[in-house]
Amino acid sequence: MTDILRKAALGTTAKAAFTEDHSEGMAYLQTLPRRLVTVYLPLSIILIVLLFPFYWMALTSIKPDDQLLDMERVSPFWTTAPTLKHFYALIFQTNYPLWLWNTMFIAIGATILSIVASVLAAYAIVRLRYRGASFVGGAIFLAYLVPPSILFIPLSTVVFQYGLFDTPFALILTYPTILIPFSTWLLMGYFKTIPYELEECALIDGASRWQILIRIVLPLAVPGLISAFIFCFTLCWNEFIYALTFLSTTAHKTVPVAIVNEFVDGDIYRWGSLMAGALAGSLPLVVLYAFFVEHYVSAMTGAVKE
Amino acid sequence: MADIALKAPAKPAPRGASAWARLNANRNWLGLWFMMPAAAFLILFLAYPLGLGVWLSLTDAKIGRTGVFVGIENYEWLWDDSIFWLSVFNTLLYTIVASVIKFAVGLYLALLLNENLPFKAMLRAIVLIPFIVPTVLSAIAFWWLYDSQFSIVSWTLRHLGLINSNIDFLGDVWNARWSVIFANIWRGVPFVAITLLAGLQTVSPSLYEAATIDGATAWQRFRHITYPLLTPIIAVVMTFSVLFTFTDFQLIWVLTRGGPVNATQLMATLSYQRAIIAGQLGEGAAIATAMIPFLLAAILISWFGLQRRKWQQGEGND
Repeated sequence: MTDILRKAALGTTAKAAFTEDHSEGMAYLQTLPRRLVTVYLPLSIILIVLLFPFYWMALTSIKPDDQLLDMERVSPFWTTAPTLKHFYALIFQTNYPLWLWNTMFIAIGATILSIVASVLAAYAIVRLRYRGASFVGGAIFLAYLVPPSILFIPLSTVVFQYGLFDTPFALILTYPTILIPFSTWLLMGYFKTIPYELEECALIDGASRWQILIRIVLPLAVPGLISAFIFCFTLCWNEFIYALTFLSTTAHKTVPVAIVNEFVDGDIYRWGSLMAGALAGSLPLVVLYAFFVEHYVSAMTGAVKE
Repeated sequence: MADIALKAPAKPAPRGASAWARLNANRNWLGLWFMMPAAAFLILFLAYPLGLGVWLSLTDAKIGRTGVFVGIENYEWLWDDSIFWLSVFNTLLYTIVASVIKFAVGLYLALLLNENLPFKAMLRAIVLIPFIVPTVLSAIAFWWLYDSQFSIVSWTLRHLGLINSNIDFLGDVWNARWSVIFANIWRGVPFVAITLLAGLQTVSPSLYEAATIDGATAWQRFRHITYPLLTPIIAVVMTFSVLFTFTDFQLIWVLTRGGPVNATQLMATLSYQRAIIAGQLGEGAAIATAMIPFLLAAILISWFGLQRRKWQQGEGND
């Protein structure tokens, strides 16, 4: 009974629940003290290491300057006089809101373009099965393995030639090369799970392929679309090397590039505002992630499993 | 079932339909149109630059000047460049050490998370946070943690009496290498752990029960049940991990920019310095192109890992 309650409370996915039914099976073989040492202790150590940088980032961003560098007078692990001074400076004395807007605009633009292109491509590969579809599917997977680090030099000349240098479109048009292979692969997996019989019925009733895609396949693939959207958005927000290379004006920069380039003046590191900037740049993603954890995880694992 | 229906040849268009209607029912013709947007992006901004990169590496192009063909001069130049070879060494060290530890810790964490734990879903969500937060922003947190004067790590160790003076994390050659490797592992472990956890959850618990009844130890259960069943997913995860570690740029750029004295210079950061900062596009492109053989090797290794797996399952080696 408690097991059922716990499962419901955790909201585990159907697949997890399927295996969880049995997972209690052998747990009784281990005693609590033994589990404390073999499971809970290593798990807590790993979790502390994984989370400490964020705690430190958050703590530094609300510490007043004098406590920041004086570590002997007060314990550095917490602060007695939290201040929002660094965030205030971030919003009103820098271009931070503009950078945040640039990042958001570029991420959403590139994500929408990629999802549209990927839906069409994935549907054509999985369901139209035109001649050479499986070959194209493989080629798209290979495209996923081409890393930005070997493309940014020639791409910078291409971007320059097309007159896109230092405009948001330089990134909106180049990010899809990272996103399309991934989301096409993910959506192919989702489209395969939709029963073909549904499409057959629609074809018999005289629907065109386009109508089938819009009215039947897409509504059924909404979870897949959300997964692809979240993952693409995160990737865009995270991208650095293209943004560093293709943008030069301060006001056009994205958050990651701006923080690295604009916040370090000389040798006096403005740690408080640097950490506040890093925290504020991470929060939108973490909040989005908190709402769509399951979609994000299924996107990440789904693409790997295929 | 669906496959059978799909593999049937394109049905003949109904008699009396116009040529246009027939064309629109043709799956090859429709497929072409459906593929158009994705193909346009991938050809214009991926395939073309990939070829252009190789071409650039054979020219003496500089920023603002299209180069002329100089053959393999850039590569000859790199062959005698000790900084280039140092960057190759650094990249291999970085990739191999970080990937091995990421795999070991990631698998261990996945096994821990696969235990019957309270708040399992929440733990999984928390573990993934380092992967969600943009690398550059978490790298900045590490930069602060690695500060030579105000590092909290040094402070803690000093107050525990383990060291006498602050550790110079990013100023010393080997310290800097281990520091960036640690930051890379920190960021990569969640990805490996969560994807392997997804694989672990598909392993039927009855296999473990049967093995336990037969007297298998925990290590034997892992070695003969978990590991073989997990091999395909391990191959894919580690390919991605190796690829992205090998071509890493952001972490190094934020933490050290390749310093001290090129001790953490990776091939990606070196190509950025030569191509964009120094303006030698041709030479930078040659360094970037030199990464391709390594990447191909990584992909092929994982490919053959998958093939062996297929054969073990008794499927045809097609």
